[in-house]
Amino acid sequence: MPAHKFVRLVLKYVLLAWIALIFIFPIVFMVISSFKPDLQLLRDSASLRAFLPVGDLSLENYSAAFDRAPIRLFMFNSVFITAVTVCLSLLLSSLAAFSFVFLQWFGRSVLMAVILATFIVPFETIAVPLLLIVNNLPWLGLDGFKTGWLNSYHVQIIPFIADALTIFLFVQYFRDLPTELVEAARIDGATWFQVYRRVIIPLSGPVIATAAILKFLVMYNNQLLWPIMVVQEETYRPVMLGLQYFFQLNTAWGEIMAYLTIITLPVLAFYLVLQRAFIASIASTGIKG
Amino acid sequence: MKKIGTIAAAVAAVGVMAGGASAQTKLSMWYHGAGNEVESNLVNQIIDDFNASQSDWVVELESFPQASYNDSVNAAALAENLPDILDVDGPILPNWAWAGYLAPLTIDEAKLEGFLPGAVGRWNGEVYAIGLWDAACAIYARRSVLEANDIRVPSLDSPWTGEEFDSALEKLASSGEFEYALDLGMAWTGEWYPYAFGPFLQSHGGDIIDVSANMANGSLNGDAGLAFGEWWQSLFERNLVPGTDQDGADRETGFLDGKYALQWNGNWSALPPLGQFGDDMLFLPAPDFGNGPKIGAASWQFGISAISENKDGASAFIEFAIQDKYLAAFSDGIGLIPPTSESAQMSEKYRPGGALEVFFELSNDQATLRAVTPAYIVGGRVFEKALADIANGADVADTLDQAADEIDADIEANGGYM
Repeated sequence: MPAHKFVRLVLKYVLLAWIALIFIFPIVFMVISSFKPDLQLLRDSASLRAFLPVGDLSLENYSAAFDRAPIRLFMFNSVFITAVTVCLSLLLSSLAAFSFVFLQWFGRSVLMAVILATFIVPFETIAVPLLLIVNNLPWLGLDGFKTGWLNSYHVQIIPFIADALTIFLFVQYFRDLPTELVEAARIDGATWFQVYRRVIIPLSGPVIATAAILKFLVMYNNQLLWPIMVVQEETYRPVMLGLQYFFQLNTAWGEIMAYLTIITLPVLAFYLVLQRAFIASIASTGIKG
Repeated sequence: MKKIGTIAAAVAAVGVMAGGASAQTKLSMWYHGAGNEVESNLVNQIIDDFNASQSDWVVELESFPQASYNDSVNAAALAENLPDILDVDGPILPNWAWAGYLAPLTIDEAKLEGFLPGAVGRWNGEVYAIGLWDAACAIYARRSVLEANDIRVPSLDSPWTGEEFDSALEKLASSGEFEYALDLGMAWTGEWYPYAFGPFLQSHGGDIIDVSANMANGSLNGDAGLAFGEWWQSLFERNLVPGTDQDGADRETGFLDGKYALQWNGNWSALPPLGQFGDDMLFLPAPDFGNGPKIGAASWQFGISAISENKDGASAFIEFAIQDKYLAAFSDGIGLIPPTSESAQMSEKYRPGGALEVFFELSNDQATLRAVTPAYIVGGRVFEKALADIANGADVADTLDQAADEIDADIEANGGYM
């Protein structure tokens, strides 16, 4: 290899390594700090020691974090709420997108425009009306019929199943699929649902992975304002609300880092499992976060 | 047949027992202390004792994290889902009372005699809530540092004047031993600003809102307000205190590490420096800028929701909870100031000769309520922004004028909070 090419390659890798370090530093800081006592953590934070496993290290913050908050319950709640929402969202959004792309019906363009317009409506503006609506909705559960959805899992799931971004992702992806496949299936006598289930979905792995990851991140990380408004019982609280258990008069920073390390694990695991498909989808659709 | 008879008798007995249990009416209670094990244990102990002490009511507790408690209560009020008993932060109480969240207490006022002023939540001539503790600020200092710099040690009877305070800061800054003479805690945002710095304005003779006139103009931006604003800005211009970019870690450790000569802090942070500096550690009263030395008052208090159908039971619980033994237990557990002298005498840290006794005296002598008006909820936030802007060099008069206009616009938009 010529010398100038070698130098360029080295520079490229140094730059990439530097960028990777910038991204990894917050996670390293979080994990390392979770093993340090508060005072040391705060003192180290002004120097490179913050990223090094030096000083008085122990698992005490983890033990204290589990004592302070019911972490297992919060983790279960978050994973359950997120998993159910993601699954239902993938199903309903892909069905909606299929309808928008492959079926001919009156007003679909207008409806698609309306759905896309909801992108610009922040959740905070609809939170109060939504609260008043769910507070008066009926529900038939295992404990019988009641009015009002407060203090439940479904109040944290149902309002978030359908969203414009997920539908948009599927619509964009479906539009790039060859229409001949659909036409051939229809000529062979397949129903529209069979086309959806046997032809389109098997080809949609990358967009399903992308939509799943984005939806997972939104649901798992943004569970704060809405649960504050609709969940008064600890039984149904998600991890993000649990984080607030650690902000006391004297904030327990080490325990916060331990808690964050624990609750980050499902996100990392989910991303690692789906990262290949996620990257493939981003490369093919040009969608960036 | 005998077997059937036995079963029938058992079923009947269970029915009677269930009937007996249901005679106790459930009282729902919300509390802001989720995540604080000591505090939760204390509240649960009071509840257990109350439930065991009578047969009419049974209190059931739901704890919330403090950071989101107010939002949860606001949402529940919208959904008409408030509990029977709830706790409320002192300065917010007038707003919640005005908004119809809280009902006045029917408690015998004689039972409140001797309570610290900040522990009784009054608005419009009625008592709406009672606190099991209060908090107080002081100037953290080291005797050896003051003596080395030839600075008088102030006392409750003879606090520093504004000039003395400024002179002390200048001396400490010019000693070259410290990064800053005083740490005000600029890294702590939110309610800390009006709670900790509002009393400096009050000591100058102003206030965030003039409650009697129901407006901020003339009070926040009057002569006293301007004098306070100019002094406040000069602290930063003279490099006596860290600015709004202060690192949160420095706020926690700066005084302990000797970066700051003095620190403006609350009693809840008093034990670490006391442990580190021992007898050298001093907790000094607020300086007097002309209208008396003042510190903030009013912490969390128990009240009854306006929609409660069990106000008698809720009131009975609150009366039960304010026994001195519980007030002292709270103080011993979480380190805050017991609200009566009797409970202070029973407490470990605030009894005469106790390590933090001075904070009870500070609370008793200098505590001043934040503006007791529903408008405070907006006024406090506007004041916080104005102080940060002035610290960062904004024109004092313009900033205070804008702040006063904003607060008055809110008061007008809410019909004067009548």
